[in-house]
Amino acid sequence: MKLERRYACAPASDRIPSTMAETHSLQDLRQPAVSSKVFVQRDYGSGTISKFQTKFPSELESRLDKQQFDETIQTLNNLYAEAEKLGGKSYLEGCLACLTAYTIFLCMETHYEKVLKKISRYIKDQNEKIYAPRGLLLTDPIERGLRVVEITIYEDRSIGSGR
Amino acid sequence: MKNCEYQQIDPRALSVSPMSAQNRAEMKAQRSRRKWEVFPGKNRFFCDGRIIVARQSGVLPLTLGLIVVTCGLFFAFDCPFLVEHLTVFIPVIGGVLFLFAVISLLRTSFTDPGILPRATPEEAADIEKQIDTSGSSTYRPPPRTKEILINQQVVKLKYCFTCKMFRPPRTSHCSLCDNCVERFDHHCPWVGNCVGKRNYRFFYSFIISLSFLTSFIFGCVVTHITLRSQEGKSLIQLVICFFSIWSILGLSGFHTYLVASNLTTNEDIKGSWSSKRCTEESGNPYSYNNIITNCCVTLCGPMPPSLIDRRGFVPLVEASPAASATEIELSCDVVRLPPPPPPPPPPPQVEWPTCSTSICFFISNLLPLCMKTNGSAQVF
Repeated sequence: MKLERRYACAPASDRIPSTMAETHSLQDLRQPAVSSKVFVQRDYGSGTISKFQTKFPSELESRLDKQQFDETIQTLNNLYAEAEKLGGKSYLEGCLACLTAYTIFLCMETHYEKVLKKISRYIKDQNEKIYAPRGLLLTDPIERGLRVVEITIYEDRSIGSGR
Repeated sequence: MKNCEYQQIDPRALSVSPMSAQNRAEMKAQRSRRKWEVFPGKNRFFCDGRIIVARQSGVLPLTLGLIVVTCGLFFAFDCPFLVEHLTVFIPVIGGVLFLFAVISLLRTSFTDPGILPRATPEEAADIEKQIDTSGSSTYRPPPRTKEILINQQVVKLKYCFTCKMFRPPRTSHCSLCDNCVERFDHHCPWVGNCVGKRNYRFFYSFIISLSFLTSFIFGCVVTHITLRSQEGKSLIQLVICFFSIWSILGLSGFHTYLVASNLTTNEDIKGSWSSKRCTEESGNPYSYNNIITNCCVTLCGPMPPSLIDRRGFVPLVEASPAASATEIELSCDVVRLPPPPPPPPPPPQVEWPTCSTSICFFISNLLPLCMKTNGSAQVF
């Protein structure tokens, strides 16, 4: 991620000689200074389908518009709904797989996997355009077992970093 | 970029590792580790993480062996006679059913059943914070449950102390595999794996194809014996085979009922949605109230992905020992969990009473195949 690289190289010009900084310097170089992480939990109101809550976390109030957050979460929910949609196409895929004793899954990419790639591209795009400029980072929910949407808040390193 | 990172470090300031070159070598060695190598559950992995089985898969070879031996004897002793007297399609149908059953069995055994990865320390801390702020001030934490509404019905979500998260609906923790499994049905020792969201359809096709296979072999053997006119012996064999096939057909019938009602074995045993427990007019909130829709959703729905990413690489930061000291410093501030209460009771393994009678099928099906009716040398 571009954001991580920028922060990883930031301490090159940030030569703080104090002992306090030395303890954390390796951590700073490995990861940007993380203030906190916010977790958007799953919404199980409609059953076990993948859907995330649209409640705006209070920690993001200073950084992000509620509307932008809503739009991101709603789009993610719509994409997951598309992946898990029950319809002619998914049934056809299922029946075909059954007839071939499910060996077709070894060679073919499923519809769900295709949509997951789409979701991953969307998240990357959102990070580049909206979240990274505000010091935030969206983590793809698939990396967290589809349990949460993790938003990492990076603290403002404008003091002493020369950025 | 990496050169830039290491040049900035003052080696004297680091108490953990003195040499940056050594760090780099260690990190390079650790970088190549895949996630299955550090998987916390009690599973075993083969083919570099492509195949996942439970720790105790001891009965799977027995299941496979019994199917292969039974079918082998069928092809060797019954098929020649029946091809001569009836039709050449008998071994063809037998072969197709046998392949279907074996492939389904292997898919059930070697597929991730829908294991949920454990919560990261930050997630666990966030959940702890939410539980603490919800008002518990007593020394002993209250039972960790969360009530939610699913389709206007109250469902309780339980907190899993091993995986450090609130279990999603229909998820249960398997104590044998030490994992939370989505849409947990049961842990089947015959298959050597849990049966859950991702491999239920494979399990169902295995038991259905096995039912057809056993019924087919039973029918062929009966025909064989009848054509050879050995009624005395055939009556005993018929009775034995009938009772052994009953267990497989019974299991298939039970799972067909579960599929049609969109229930899991776990829910059925606990009576989660039975009319006795539900006082109001409520039932299974996950059911579509249509048998065909329920069947299609369970068996032909979209195939969900594996969430544990077995073949992914462990991220460098987490694997590096040099960073671990500072991470432990930071993480100690974040994660303060109270001592966990005793682990939850293990989920019921209902397949034992049902499946154990199926061993009678296999053994007793070998009898008619092996006994020569005209008094010639017997196999056993």
